[in-house]
Amino acid sequence: MSEPTSAPSLMGEPENGRFGRFGGQYVPETLVGACQEVEAEFHRAWADDGFRTQLADLLRDYAGRPSALTECHRLSEQLGCRILLKREDLNHTGSHKINNVLGQALLAQRMGKQRIVAETGAGQHGVATATAAALLGQDCVVYMGAVDMERQKLNVFRMRLLGAEVRSAETGSRTLKDAVNEAMRDWVATVESTHYLLGSVMGPHPYPMMVREFHRVIGDEAREQVRALTGADPDAVVACVGGGSNAIGIFSGFVDTQASLVGVEPAGGAAIGHGVPGIVHGSTSFLLQDDHGQVQEAKSISAGLDYPGVGPEHAHLADIGRARYEPVTDEEVVEAFQLLARTEGIIPALESAHALAWVARAKDELAGQTVLVNLSGRGDKDVAQIAELLGEDV
Amino acid sequence: MGTLEKHLRERRDSGRKLLCPYVSGGVSDDWLDIIRAYDDAGADAIEVGIPFSDPVMDGPTIQAASDQALGRGTTPATILSELRDLDVATPLIVMTYANVPFRVGFDRFVDECGAAGVHGAIIPDIPMEELDPWEAAVGEADLDTVMLASPISADDRLERLVGRSRGFVYGVNVLGVTGERADLGDWSGKLAGRLKAVTDLPVIMGFGISSPETAVIASAASDGVVVASAIMRIILDGGTAVEAGAFVSSLRTALDRG
Ligand SMILES: Cc1ncc(COP(=O)(O)O)c(C=O)c1O
Repeated sequence: MSEPTSAPSLMGEPENGRFGRFGGQYVPETLVGACQEVEAEFHRAWADDGFRTQLADLLRDYAGRPSALTECHRLSEQLGCRILLKREDLNHTGSHKINNVLGQALLAQRMGKQRIVAETGAGQHGVATATAAALLGQDCVVYMGAVDMERQKLNVFRMRLLGAEVRSAETGSRTLKDAVNEAMRDWVATVESTHYLLGSVMGPHPYPMMVREFHRVIGDEAREQVRALTGADPDAVVACVGGGSNAIGIFSGFVDTQASLVGVEPAGGAAIGHGVPGIVHGSTSFLLQDDHGQVQEAKSISAGLDYPGVGPEHAHLADIGRARYEPVTDEEVVEAFQLLARTEGIIPALESAHALAWVARAKDELAGQTVLVNLSGRGDKDVAQIAELLGEDV
Repeated sequence: MGTLEKHLRERRDSGRKLLCPYVSGGVSDDWLDIIRAYDDAGADAIEVGIPFSDPVMDGPTIQAASDQALGRGTTPATILSELRDLDVATPLIVMTYANVPFRVGFDRFVDECGAAGVHGAIIPDIPMEELDPWEAAVGEADLDTVMLASPISADDRLERLVGRSRGFVYGVNVLGVTGERADLGDWSGKLAGRLKAVTDLPVIMGFGISSPETAVIASAASDGVVVASAIMRIILDGGTAVEAGAFVSSLRTALDRG
């Protein structure tokens, strides 16, 4: 935590683990050493060509990177702006989550930690983690809220097929935030042998910075792809925000361009939208909470965005005005989900449909612009839920 | 030196093992009677938990006690205002998580602790690296910030930790969260010895203490113990303040016998 002397560049190394007034390392004494170890090892690995090559090879040969850039001709015509999709849905395991997971799983291997714990909401990060653990022969325990286990039974079974143990979080609201609590409690007791593979750009330093770096590949690829296709940078870059990892990944490729950066939050979980700072799960950020500091439950149609906090770097980008954050309603999301399916033949994850929902709403403002949307995941996991919502019997 | 530290040093120096029982504030209608019962049973300081929705350092018992308190409409403000009228001389210490004081502002929280007659604070998710703003808010107030030491804190960290801790230093007996254990393992004695070697602050060990026997073991190489889950289980199971007090008396007797 004692790097550069000059002012930190946007999306560079955070100074003292902080992004402006957000971030930090609010962890119990037992975990301070482990966080410092992860930070030191990450910096060593990131400066090591051998590690970078190993990760790049896995991303290419196993995850299927680079992910495609798809121009949406029919949707563009309908909405009146040029829409390009960064296709993270085409990655192995069906979302962007695999980028971070492969990076951290390799890092755990470097640190000699054979056991991995992770939290999951919808199950996408849990499935990706179980996948990487199977690939590298690591022991894997995934915590998942009891309510989410019921909502996402198929992903629970997938994780078990992949050899992971899924443990239900039975406390609090029994959703994602409680799964994070249980994973942290596990880590406090097992820290000598276990790596906590956090699934978004949240938690204590160095996680928000490290997870961003593992997702930077999204933005780096997209920037080249958009330039090759259009000869310029996009006017707007749009992504959904739960913890904020897919958004930070794509933003990182465009933060130093003229592009406007738009993060889309679910209306029922708009941590930035409410704008009240708090401290939970290791960092200061915007946080849904009551007047007494008790954390509130986020509620939206997509389990993957039901997190009451948000990554501290997003809070900072909002603070300084470099990115804006917009809420969309569940109804708008269900509309956008069907719109993409019908116009482009792509079924998006409900999370990713949030980004599209905002584009559809803001079409007047975006008229004539080139809009890059991060399609963070595919919607197979959500089809049953949508069918039920639409009153279809499948 | 703060009221809490002065009191604990005097008691320790008189040859007594220190006993700090815990209660989750607002856990029941008669939670203030529980504090009075601890006082009668010979507590040297009393820890009052201010419940937080996401207590990552707590195991199932304290989580359940916190949920029960929150379910009764307990807030940090109700706890601190109820403490104002409490007629107990034993020093009180609040235990909570960072977001609780952060939400109202550290300065205001420190003031409210003062008005409630609280003399110590334990905030397990504010490690040394994040302590400056809290310390600045405490300033000259008579509120000792107790730091936690972990069995795997490196030697140089322990030295810095005891330098910043006030009141006493809280040694964590186990790798893990709060909750009763039949057997404390080797960490406890080792950490107590390492702490005693670097400080003359009272060294009080907590986490995992389930019985008079484990209390005696954990205090052998240290100056005393914090006991929480074992008592909160009695309350959660429907026990009365008198029964909780009786358990604390049994701890007192065991510690005095040695
Ligand atoms: C497809 C997809 N997109 C987005 C998210 C939200 O995470 P983040 O905000 O970290 O990108 C999830 C989380 O489960 C997801 O599965």
